[in-house]
Amino acid sequence: MSTGAIPYHPARDEPQERVLRYTFVERVIHWLAALTYAYVLATGLAFWSPYLFWIAVLVGGGPTARYWHPWFGLLWFATVLWMYAAWRRDMRTTEADRRWAQHVGDYIRNHDENLPPIGRFNIGQKQFFWLMFYAGIALVLSGVAMWFVNDIPWSWRWLRYTAVLVHVVAALLTIGGFIIHVYMGTAMVRGGFTSIIRGEVSGDWARMHHRLWYEQMRGKGPGKSEGA
Amino acid sequence: MSQATLRIVKISGHPGPIPGRGTQREEQVCKLVDTTTCIGCKACEIACQEWNDLPFATTSFNNTYQTMPHTEWNFWNLIKFNEQPKADGGMMWLMRKDQCMHCAEPGCLAACPADSAIVQYANGIVDFQQDHCIGCGYCVTGCPFDIPKFNPATKKVYKCTLCSDRVTQGLEPACIKACPTGCLHFGTKDDMKDLAEKRATQLRDHYGFEKAGVYDPPGVGGTGVIYVLHDATNPEAYGGLPASPSIPWSVRLWKSPLKILGNLAMLGGLIGVTLHYLRFGPKVVKETQHRGETKT
Repeated sequence: MSTGAIPYHPARDEPQERVLRYTFVERVIHWLAALTYAYVLATGLAFWSPYLFWIAVLVGGGPTARYWHPWFGLLWFATVLWMYAAWRRDMRTTEADRRWAQHVGDYIRNHDENLPPIGRFNIGQKQFFWLMFYAGIALVLSGVAMWFVNDIPWSWRWLRYTAVLVHVVAALLTIGGFIIHVYMGTAMVRGGFTSIIRGEVSGDWARMHHRLWYEQMRGKGPGKSEGA
Repeated sequence: MSQATLRIVKISGHPGPIPGRGTQREEQVCKLVDTTTCIGCKACEIACQEWNDLPFATTSFNNTYQTMPHTEWNFWNLIKFNEQPKADGGMMWLMRKDQCMHCAEPGCLAACPADSAIVQYANGIVDFQQDHCIGCGYCVTGCPFDIPKFNPATKKVYKCTLCSDRVTQGLEPACIKACPTGCLHFGTKDDMKDLAEKRATQLRDHYGFEKAGVYDPPGVGGTGVIYVLHDATNPEAYGGLPASPSIPWSVRLWKSPLKILGNLAMLGGLIGVTLHYLRFGPKVVKETQHRGETKT
């Protein structure tokens, strides 16, 4: 499902080695997830604090924001489910990840030369993935209860009370992950942002950040790899 | 000068100061419902429907004298009916007029995220402003009496207004006006509490209801609707009147400690990544091969 490969374009006279990191479909789903998440985040923050309610006004007013918030939430969760189907194998923690995690301080301080080699994703990316996956389930379940709160009978009111708390806590966790994800993807890890737009990274990039994945890609040769 | 704004002392989802807080002196208004003299005639139900021009709600029969299971978005005043067994083997018919309690500390208002969708006037009336309602249903979660009801057609929430339009004009609410037995009274909170206590004393001293008392729950700061009950130790028997209502614990947790912690955490995250960038900067890959025409 998730593929990466085709490093060479010899016909186009490009000396630099290119590695396909995200397929077209992966990129489309990622950006669908990003846009829908941005919408539910913005409108959710509007409902979270009176000092941010102006966001709801920006996107068409309170009732409009309230109307679309659950639908965009479902759409976001659909992309999460797609990612689960596509990436869950890539997202399993490996022995290499555990070795790498012991040197996470070097990663934070940009001493990447001290890091052991890892596969397609590092453990931080994997934890972000599982955070979004499990928090997404919690958000959908609690969100449906909040959506139809008027249909929850009085004798089940504990569900009303639990739903708001679960929704808020899960949302805050995703926001934490989202802040780090956006920071690393745009500012910190140079080359990451272009990889999720055009799909490719340089061979040097792949060797530095995901050497095991790179070697697997190279070993299998161009065109028909299965992903790490 | 808008008198309406000046008379508002609490506003839902509102950043900044409340324009009316402390600027006008007004008496707290209160409905007194004496359940011991209610005959269940439901004149108050009809008066409410009539005065508020509500489209009639579908009634349902469940082997009691109750019109429907609970209040609806278009049915704000409901006589709750219960057959309560007595110690001597007999039966008591308990009838309680159920409606918005107009809490001094309203859970609906605390939960509401929409600016001005729920307001509390200086006279204590808690009123929904449907113009500002976004239909999220948080008030349904916040209310300890299960009163706000959602209208799926308009996507707004409705409830008893304590006839704020009539009260502003010096009239009593429509339900009070219609009551034929005098079990409903309307006046200032002080007067109604006084009357209620007198009646409870009378019930205890002269009618043998030793547990008779007044229902004015302190958990929500007292209410704008108070009851005289034959048995104040068992309010649940009166159609599920909660014994000690308060704003639900989860709403209180959500709206203050969790909100403060969440805001600090989000702010901390933003500051944290900024500091990281300033201290360590980006991870740049040293390219060993020179670039072709494609962008990196």
